[in-house]
Amino acid sequence: MKCTRCRAAAEVHLRQHNSAFCRTCFVFYFQRQVERAIDKERMFTRDEAVLVAVSGGKDSLALWDVLITLGHQTTGLHLSLGIGDYSDQSTAKTVAFAQARGLPLITVPLADDGLAVPEIARLTRRPACSACGTMKRHYFDRLAIDRGFPVVATGHNLDDEAARLLGNVLHWQMEHLTRQRPVLEPTHDRFVRKVKPLFRCSEYEAAVYAFFRGIDYIVDECPNAAGATQLLYKDMLNRLEAASPGSKLTFVQEFLHKAQPALTPATVAPPQTCERCGMPSYAALCGFCRLVRETDAKRERRQAAGRA
Amino acid sequence: MHITILPNRKQLELTGRRRAADVLRELGFLPGTAMVIRGNELVPEGHMLEADDVVEIRSVISGGAP
Repeated sequence: MKCTRCRAAAEVHLRQHNSAFCRTCFVFYFQRQVERAIDKERMFTRDEAVLVAVSGGKDSLALWDVLITLGHQTTGLHLSLGIGDYSDQSTAKTVAFAQARGLPLITVPLADDGLAVPEIARLTRRPACSACGTMKRHYFDRLAIDRGFPVVATGHNLDDEAARLLGNVLHWQMEHLTRQRPVLEPTHDRFVRKVKPLFRCSEYEAAVYAFFRGIDYIVDECPNAAGATQLLYKDMLNRLEAASPGSKLTFVQEFLHKAQPALTPATVAPPQTCERCGMPSYAALCGFCRLVRETDAKRERRQAAGRA
Repeated sequence: MHITILPNRKQLELTGRRRAADVLRELGFLPGTAMVIRGNELVPEGHMLEADDVVEIRSVISGGAP
């Protein structure tokens, strides 16, 4: 099999694009895909500093690698979730990536704030992923606005977006469907723009890019991901993709181009301000502060019960 | 050939030469859901793996947020 671009021996075959690439040309292709997504969707300009949410996984580290290669100003933001060895490894790989390239990195160990994900899940009896998502959104938003970043970029890829879209369609989550897009403009002056530059790149392409670039990412899965509905949706979509290459990209792209413009967003009052932290909220307390308050209350009750 | 599957670190031996795509299918991987790595080389699905190869099959599907 020959490289579509330079005719050298190909190392990767992309069925959905009916193309094959050698290592060099694939790296170029992937970087161009991301660059086109940034430009076409007007995600950010070269003058804007980008806060890149990095988990230590292949997608976020691949994204950060592409952004610095394209010459963008970036700072990484890593939340250490306190999920035992998995989080220790994730943090170590993120720190190593940043140090090797001389990149600025903000690391937030949630355990230092008493918010390690396993403890939150145990105290509140909420699913770990729910608490994790609430905390990530809060810290991404708060740190971005407090440190003057106009935009946060995450490593959500085509498979993530297709699985989310499938879930939203299966359950007809109309409000979620109106808001599922690669660029989310802020609805409050304490929010920043959120972008997904990898939204057209498959999970396989991101993994191959990371491998070709020698990026040491965490391969282990988050222990809380076992049985996640998103994995079921991804499996269904990959079966469809195997039978009809290009289906995932068509599903997401055509939704954005044809279906979403026909949806009418519900009229929602803009968020107010959380009484505790000052971030946007649709109630007196934002979701994050409600979680913290609940956690603190239950921790105090347990401690009191232990003393009795 | 000696195969290590990541992330679960399962190890197994397969006899004879086989096409990478056939190995993936036999191990239950859908196309485009795992990389076949031999040394520092990515093996395209249409290429042959030799009987004495040491291979890593690395799943690319993640369930957690990136």
